[in-house]
Amino acid sequence: MKKEYIAPNIERNYAGNLNKYGAKSVVRHIDNIDGVPVKELLGKYGSPLIVFSESSLRKRYRRFQDTMKMHYPHLQQAWSYKTNYLGAICSIYHQEGAWAEVVSGMEYDMARALRVPARQIIFNGPGKREQELQKAITEGAKLHIDHLDELYLIEKIAKKEEETPEVAIRVNMETGIYPAWSRFGFNYENGEAFRAIQRLLSGGAMKLIGLHTHIGTFILDARAYYYAAKALLDLAQKVYRELGIAVEYIDLGGGFASQNTLLGSYTPGEFASPSLEQYAAAIGEAFNESPFAAQHKPMLILETGRALIDEAGSTLSTVLGKKNLPTGERAVILDAGVNTTITAWWYKLKVSPTRAFPGAYQNTVFYGPLCMNIDVIRAAVPFPDLHTGEAVVISPTGAYNNTQWMQFIEYRPAIVLISESGNPELIRQRENLEDVIVREQIPNRLKDF
Amino acid sequence: MNTELIKNLAMNDNGFIFDPSSGYSYSANELGIYILRLLNEGQSKEEIIATIAAEYEVTPDNISSDIDHYFLMLESLDLLEL
Repeated sequence: MKKEYIAPNIERNYAGNLNKYGAKSVVRHIDNIDGVPVKELLGKYGSPLIVFSESSLRKRYRRFQDTMKMHYPHLQQAWSYKTNYLGAICSIYHQEGAWAEVVSGMEYDMARALRVPARQIIFNGPGKREQELQKAITEGAKLHIDHLDELYLIEKIAKKEEETPEVAIRVNMETGIYPAWSRFGFNYENGEAFRAIQRLLSGGAMKLIGLHTHIGTFILDARAYYYAAKALLDLAQKVYRELGIAVEYIDLGGGFASQNTLLGSYTPGEFASPSLEQYAAAIGEAFNESPFAAQHKPMLILETGRALIDEAGSTLSTVLGKKNLPTGERAVILDAGVNTTITAWWYKLKVSPTRAFPGAYQNTVFYGPLCMNIDVIRAAVPFPDLHTGEAVVISPTGAYNNTQWMQFIEYRPAIVLISESGNPELIRQRENLEDVIVREQIPNRLKDF
Repeated sequence: MNTELIKNLAMNDNGFIFDPSSGYSYSANELGIYILRLLNEGQSKEEIIATIAAEYEVTPDNISSDIDHYFLMLESLDLLEL
């Protein structure tokens, strides 16, 4: 029998090439997801394949629930649909007790299609259309108001429908981070938020029940949440003192970082990103200092998405070919690219082989199958020599990839959920031509050629 | 192709290579060492490809580009003059 072929490689040895976190990277292999062999998954569902672990999803949700409640007990989580709106995934979070946080009419329809009660839907987003608001108001969803024109529109619809919608005001503020997101809601520091509340109350058409902020995304400084919570609680106190209304909830939005490593980051994500405990402690501190919280015990709403789901998702992909680049690096062409894994543009995703390899590693670039120069899953990482047909695991890919994926020259892959008992279940079929062209209409005069 | 520099290298079967003239050491994988030994024996690129194709699970086409790439690595390490 012939020996297994691994491309020849040689590297010069350097003394002292350890960094402060230890030895140079060791490539560990991943041959199963929650006990199900990668080979079996790809054989049954095809490649590429997106896989979610139900036990990771539930465990992380429960852990965060417990952690936050140790600091402040009146917690309600709302699942951020834009992070991942696969029906099966949303249903897991709703089973765990999460409300739905939606940012568009489409997401609102998705939540309602899953039979989420409208009162458990938080309708955020800067671009709500009149008919969407009308539906949400008549069904009783909670509306988070982004700007004055929206406020006037809600007022108009509420009067017409003779409803009193429950609303919150969205607030932006300085939290010591850069960039400060000022596009959502009304500014806190210049008094705009308070004036919007005065205007809202003077209209008499809505019931103000909450204050909301969304300070940004992938926030690497947990203290920012202390300042955000403090600002909203101070505003709530001012509203109570001057206008006589005690809001029922403070919603701090989302933005917690996952353990992924940002492209520009030197430190790996597991060191750079705050833990859930650090975020919880920062928020808890602001609530525990606040006289408003002490007196009224408002509900704390969090719309955490990425930090709950990112690590629960992986993308399995197969090597289509490899080549040697003029830079001296090896290039591997995978069947999953930025079309399925758009977060490769933000993170240094981890690419793992699916079996153990002997010997030395060579710097390897992972490309996807698209004819775009920017279709790079991961820039050079030391990697063993892969053969055509071998599988790799790209992770973590649970957040945003199933909502921002691209319909560009490829069918989107199947998605599988591995149940808590280790049973793989298909939760989205692989697309086919019908899915791509079903909405098209070709005029008759163009049909013959 | 000048392979004189390779003749000076001390190699062991685990992939450790020492160059007494420069003091540098290198790590190569199994095939990396094997090709160095074949070069030492004076085999040409074509002969090396045939030798490897006979012993390993690989087609000559596949190995050809890997060998070219390996020779470039050796050249960049000043171990081979192409």
